[in-house]
Amino acid sequence: MSHDDSNDPISINRRRIMQGLAALPVLGLPGLSFGANLPTAQVNTTKLAVTDTEVTVGQLHSATGTMAISETGSIQAEQLAIDQINAMGGVLGRKIKVIKEDGASDWPTFAEKSKKLLINDKVAAVFGCWTSASRKAVLPIFEKENGMLYYPTFYEGLEQSKNVIYTGQEATQQILWGLDWAVKEKKSKTFFLVGSDYIWPRTSMKIARKHIEGHLPSGSKVVGEEYYPLGTTNFNSLINKIKVAKPDCIFIAVVGGSNVSFYKQLKAAGVTSAKQFLLTISVTEDEVLGIGGENMQGFYASMKYFQSLDNPNNKKFVEAFKAKYGPKSVIGDVTQAAYLGPWLWKAAVEKAGSFDVDKIAAASPGIEFKGAPEAYVKIHENHHLWSRTRIGQAQADGQFKVVAESPELIEPNPFPKGYQ
Amino acid sequence: MISKLLSSLKTWIDQRGLNGFIILAILLAVVFPLAMDSFRLNLVGKYLTYGFVAIGLVMAWGYGGVLSLGQGVFFGLGGYAMAMFLKLEASDPISTKIQSTPGIPDFMDWNQITALPIWWEPFRHLPFALLAVLVVPTLLAFIISFAMFKRRVGGVYFAIITQAVALILTVLIIGQQGYTGGVNGITDLKTMLGWDTRTNSAKYILYFVTVALLLASIYGCQWIQKSKLGTLLLAMRDKEDRVRFSGYDVAMFKVFAFCLAAFLSAIGGALFTLQVGFMSASFVGIVPSIEMVIFAAVGGRMSLVGAVYGTLLVNFGKTYFSESFPDLWLFLMAALFIGVVMAFPDGLAGLWESHIKGWLARGRAALRKPKNPDAPPSQIVQPDADVMTMQEIGSPPLARSASGSPRVPSGAGMQVSGIQGQSA
Repeated sequence: MSHDDSNDPISINRRRIMQGLAALPVLGLPGLSFGANLPTAQVNTTKLAVTDTEVTVGQLHSATGTMAISETGSIQAEQLAIDQINAMGGVLGRKIKVIKEDGASDWPTFAEKSKKLLINDKVAAVFGCWTSASRKAVLPIFEKENGMLYYPTFYEGLEQSKNVIYTGQEATQQILWGLDWAVKEKKSKTFFLVGSDYIWPRTSMKIARKHIEGHLPSGSKVVGEEYYPLGTTNFNSLINKIKVAKPDCIFIAVVGGSNVSFYKQLKAAGVTSAKQFLLTISVTEDEVLGIGGENMQGFYASMKYFQSLDNPNNKKFVEAFKAKYGPKSVIGDVTQAAYLGPWLWKAAVEKAGSFDVDKIAAASPGIEFKGAPEAYVKIHENHHLWSRTRIGQAQADGQFKVVAESPELIEPNPFPKGYQ
Repeated sequence: MISKLLSSLKTWIDQRGLNGFIILAILLAVVFPLAMDSFRLNLVGKYLTYGFVAIGLVMAWGYGGVLSLGQGVFFGLGGYAMAMFLKLEASDPISTKIQSTPGIPDFMDWNQITALPIWWEPFRHLPFALLAVLVVPTLLAFIISFAMFKRRVGGVYFAIITQAVALILTVLIIGQQGYTGGVNGITDLKTMLGWDTRTNSAKYILYFVTVALLLASIYGCQWIQKSKLGTLLLAMRDKEDRVRFSGYDVAMFKVFAFCLAAFLSAIGGALFTLQVGFMSASFVGIVPSIEMVIFAAVGGRMSLVGAVYGTLLVNFGKTYFSESFPDLWLFLMAALFIGVVMAFPDGLAGLWESHIKGWLARGRAALRKPKNPDAPPSQIVQPDADVMTMQEIGSPPLARSASGSPRVPSGAGMQVSGIQGQSA
């Protein structure tokens, strides 16, 4: 897809029509491209920033601060999706205009900016947030002001809101199938759990422990569980504990810069993939950039998306992403999930025939997106996505080789019974 | 004749001391509410909660010479005490029925805590929570500063200790996430005694409460500045030993200044929680604490009113730059800080002072000359050094020497009058 040259005035209309037509079967929503005729008064009864030609949405990520390195991919993917949608003629015949706000890795700033977007700018939807803390800070505002947030990160679950569509996986989707796979393929019986010390790893490990102790074959057990403050760089004592415990599987949810030290120190201590099976739920292609492929090589990650996924949607997506942001850019799980946001919103608006948040929220369950780079997703009643989980093995070049994929779409279950 | 002159001088001082105060009051209580929509006004309300910290710093740092780089601790503690009350109210068994243990705050449930910790229990009651807002931070400030100042640890060392406290408290809050909410903080606060704090009318009410409390705090601090205590704080800052050898317990004055700053910060923190609807560890750390010192520095560390303007300017700048130039705003903020500090070392208040001063002096000269050309205003000498009357201590709190350094009022007496020479 080459959208960069679509501002050529002669070909622009033809191109849009062609792309629009081409996308119809992809979206599985035939006939809805006639929305251009709908009068604004009809599609917008709640005073959102929608005109006859334009609809305004917000984008709220950290462009500065410690989280900027992680959130940049999401910013780029959302922009790419919006550009592509605009090139196809927009949503209900209206071009998408983006107001970008910087959350600055600071939760109160997120709250302030979300208020600005919803109250002042009256945006029709917001694509944004990354950390759980930022989402928790803005959630009451979205519920109070009745906004719509598309949240891209895999997260701990235990949450469900009319005003949020969670395009990443919740914890059980990411964890349970991965652990089952570890037992089946790697014959793991003993597990050592390691996480950064905040809500997502804590909840994830709680779910993992309940699964290991209650649902995996008897004899499976947790031989260690350790948490380290965000930003920890010294893992030597942990590595010694791991060496003593000799687990079949190290199950990891360490985030951010700590990853770099962790994997380097593991390698330095001789714990390599040749001797030790390690499964992470927190390292995507983005993190491998910092860790270095040679330090990560051979270890496994459990995610819903890897850049190397072999399907036509993903090929087009990777190509378009690299065309826009340079051949060296990498795409991680969250980046792909962020790309889904604008498309799912578009589909919901077209299904509802309206930009009104209440109608979008009601229309969202059941929406399918067959053009997703991860192949196919569907929105569940609980506003999370049905998705597959995959196991990737890290390669020296920083990519993952997909070695397994769940046969079915996994149902999102943010409040898992028996795991709380 | 002299008494007549004194009274006219006093009127002039009072007017001048209160002029800035009255202008600020009109700006906050009348102009802003009329000129802004509820969203912007709510933002100003949030900025003003930082203003409490800034005026606290003017008292502790500008007057007492006690630089604290850990005011976020007290802001945070005040905010957390308020947040605990609001969170318990928001966590009634019905709205938390989806949890494993209904009736406790959601983050406790996520951290496998099954009963409300005992020390959370009293925060079900608003009077206790309000008391905790005021007492806990002040008490902590007392313990820290008493331990330090009694041992004559001061200056840079004290500033470093306050930073350490900020760091320790951050680690504690994040580490004990089952009891504190960790990195996420205490979120989703809705009502206070059934009153929905998120509505537009509530935002207006909270804004005016904040303005009223801030103005009251400024007035109280100005009163302290004009009292004997304020003079002693200044004297102590400029020549600690002389004050000590005069028989004053210097440590306790410093403890007082530090506790006052903590007390004010805590009020700001509690109001912040009410207006923004959550509290998190990101206010307790070193970075926000230093940011709060910047507010005071930009405004002018000797001026209470200036500190509020400094807080408003920095935060307006932050909001405006980050909305208009999302990619560049940090650089623009840095330029603002560097520019203000280089061009006006005494902050906004210093700028105001240097511009207004000449104008006022001319006006005063024109007023006085025909009446009493022979009485130089500096000859106000009080024979009894220890007893200060209103005339002397009524000297302008903003009085500065040419270099901008504040000066002990000239009538303060023999013991401290020597300070003037060294203060520049």
